Amino acid sequence: MRALILVGGFGTRLRPLTLSRPKPLVEFCNKALLLHQLEALRQLGIRISLSHEKEPLGTAGPLALARDLLAEGGEPFFVLNSDVICEFPFAALARFHRQHGGEGSLVVTRVEEPAKYGVVVSEADTGRICRFVEKPRVFVSNKINAGLYIFSPGILQRIQLRPTSIEKEIFPAMAQEGQLYAMELQGFWMDIGQPKDFLTGMCMYLQALRAQHPEKLHSGPGVVGNVLVDPSAKIGANCVIGPNVTIGAGVVVEDGVRIKRCTVLKGARIRSHSWLESCIVGWSCSVGQWVRMENVTVLGEDVIVNDELYLNGANVLPHKSIAESVPEPRIIM
Amino acid sequence: MPLKAVILIGGPQKGTRFRPLSFEVPKPLFPVAGVPMVQHHIEACAKVPGMKEILLMGFYQPHEALSRFLVSAQQEFKIPIRYLQEYAALGTGGGIYHFRDQILSGGAEAFFVLNADVCSEFPLQEMLEFRQRHGDAHSFVILGTTANRTQALNYGCIVANADTQEVQHYVEKPSTFVSEIINCGIYLFTPAIFQHIGDVFQRNQQELVLEESSNGWQRAEVIRLEQDVFTALAGSGKLYVYKTDGFWSQIKSAGSAIYASRLYLNQYSKSHPERLAQNKPGGPVIRGNVYIHPTASIDSTAVDHTCVLNTIVGWDSTIGRWARVEGTPSDPNPNDPYAKIDSETLFRDGRLTPSITILGCSVTIPAEVVILNSIVLPHKELSRSYKNQIIL
Repeated sequence: MRALILVGGFGTRLRPLTLSRPKPLVEFCNKALLLHQLEALRQLGIRISLSHEKEPLGTAGPLALARDLLAEGGEPFFVLNSDVICEFPFAALARFHRQHGGEGSLVVTRVEEPAKYGVVVSEADTGRICRFVEKPRVFVSNKINAGLYIFSPGILQRIQLRPTSIEKEIFPAMAQEGQLYAMELQGFWMDIGQPKDFLTGMCMYLQALRAQHPEKLHSGPGVVGNVLVDPSAKIGANCVIGPNVTIGAGVVVEDGVRIKRCTVLKGARIRSHSWLESCIVGWSCSVGQWVRMENVTVLGEDVIVNDELYLNGANVLPHKSIAESVPEPRIIM
Repeated sequence: MPLKAVILIGGPQKGTRFRPLSFEVPKPLFPVAGVPMVQHHIEACAKVPGMKEILLMGFYQPHEALSRFLVSAQQEFKIPIRYLQEYAALGTGGGIYHFRDQILSGGAEAFFVLNADVCSEFPLQEMLEFRQRHGDAHSFVILGTTANRTQALNYGCIVANADTQEVQHYVEKPSTFVSEIINCGIYLFTPAIFQHIGDVFQRNQQELVLEESSNGWQRAEVIRLEQDVFTALAGSGKLYVYKTDGFWSQIKSAGSAIYASRLYLNQYSKSHPERLAQNKPGGPVIRGNVYIHPTASIDSTAVDHTCVLNTIVGWDSTIGRWARVEGTPSDPNPNDPYAKIDSETLFRDGRLTPSITILGCSVTIPAEVVILNSIVLPHKELSRSYKNQIIL
């Protein structure tokens, strides 16, 4: 079987991180985003194709572009959005798809605020999708499209080689014809395409890790809750790290630092007595002493934050030096 | 030459911009650079040869803190110091007029009048010498300094003859530009001043007879030196201005207390080097001018990882681990040598103007929070972060 991972976009919502790396290569919980999906797919012995769009083709167009690769062998193929993190249910999805025999299956997940997404209305027993409503204004259902699909090759006849939205143009027609089925996802799900959700997703992932592979999490004096630390990172004395913290390779955390709900990417240094909550610290950054950072502050690559500053919701582009506090959320270019 | 000094300390209705710092202690006793505000004045006056007595004048009720301060100040500076309580707020001129006999008792030939809420180098001896050179034994001298054109409008403005330094024109807080030389609130008078204040008093009384107002007698005795006396004396050949380049600042708002502190701490390296904290092995790292009270203890476990900037922390307050307590300094523009501290209003456009953070006495700040540009009234126990707020 094959899988197509849509990595097409510019990753603009995850800037400033995506100004330094393409989004699929940004580390999520100390592993490149793409690698999370590839490892899950590898378990099924899946072959992965690469398809390069010369112009953006939307969410369906790329399938047409890769038509020959996907149709070869006549087997169903997976399609995934690269922003999605969850306990990937590829084996179960393949089984579900073969059982109902329809043209396509998509994974749905239950969320608290469905109006932000594409909402799916389906029959409870069979999972056949009746309706597909994108960002509904009134409550329709709390199940949304999780961005993981499996299709039979027949779908390729529906898609032309032009910018096409699979949610708006292809799925509604398939649903009308009764060819689209929904499988509900077990476990956590998050679209980590923007910093706020990146951090929320991190918390969910670490919690799942606690349940399944607790030995991978860090423990020791000053560690609270779920904390993931790369073996090459160094943490100083009198620190309190966690809950929900990821520390990347080669990171140095000096004495007396408090970190909560943050991702610290490779090579960064957090100097002593600083306090960080809900932040993403980019690669090779240097955060000074007695600094306070909070409220989804994101530092791009190689940012320097001077001592004793306060950053509240600052979004800092790469290679900047911050010499003044940012008391209210804003972008530092 | 026998001299006296009068320090005008105001009363509870005055100095409200200094709240909440003035809730626990009267404003003139609030510590600036480690010692009560007026102690800097007293020290400067006591140093002048011929100073016979220092009089504190105001309309505070007798107060335990004030009495204790007077006793200890007398012992330290070895000079009689008394508190004269005005029966009502009589203005900057009315009080000294009311107590003129006390001031002149003992044959004082001249006396200084100083506002308590200023911070200065107090060039009192220089003012005496200046008067000898430029005026005569009957001249009055105002201490002046230079401000920038915009800020000068907030003060008393003085126009002086460039050669003789005689004051030709005086306006208190004009609305258009008059002069860059401003009144520092420190004066040198002779007994003749009371004649001029008396004239104002007479005029007031006559006006009141004409007006038939109900609270007549009280108003006649309220005399403002600046508007009522100096304005009239300008151009008469009796009033002079001594311009100083030394440091000077008003202390009106709580934020200005921090700035004044800095100015005095700077001076300590020459005048009181023993008051500045020194770096000691095993002790806290001292950067710049720092005053640490002998009974204060800087304990690394007590102030774990906290960051306190541009803040006044009241007596007996505690700050939790990793907390950040920060204010916004209202210091004058460092690039302008004549800039003065702004007396900003508390609110601007309906929002609290960012200013220094003040924790009243016995305030508890929990761990890991941020307190930014806020004023916390005494005995408050906070449970979360606050920004740009007054917490009652």
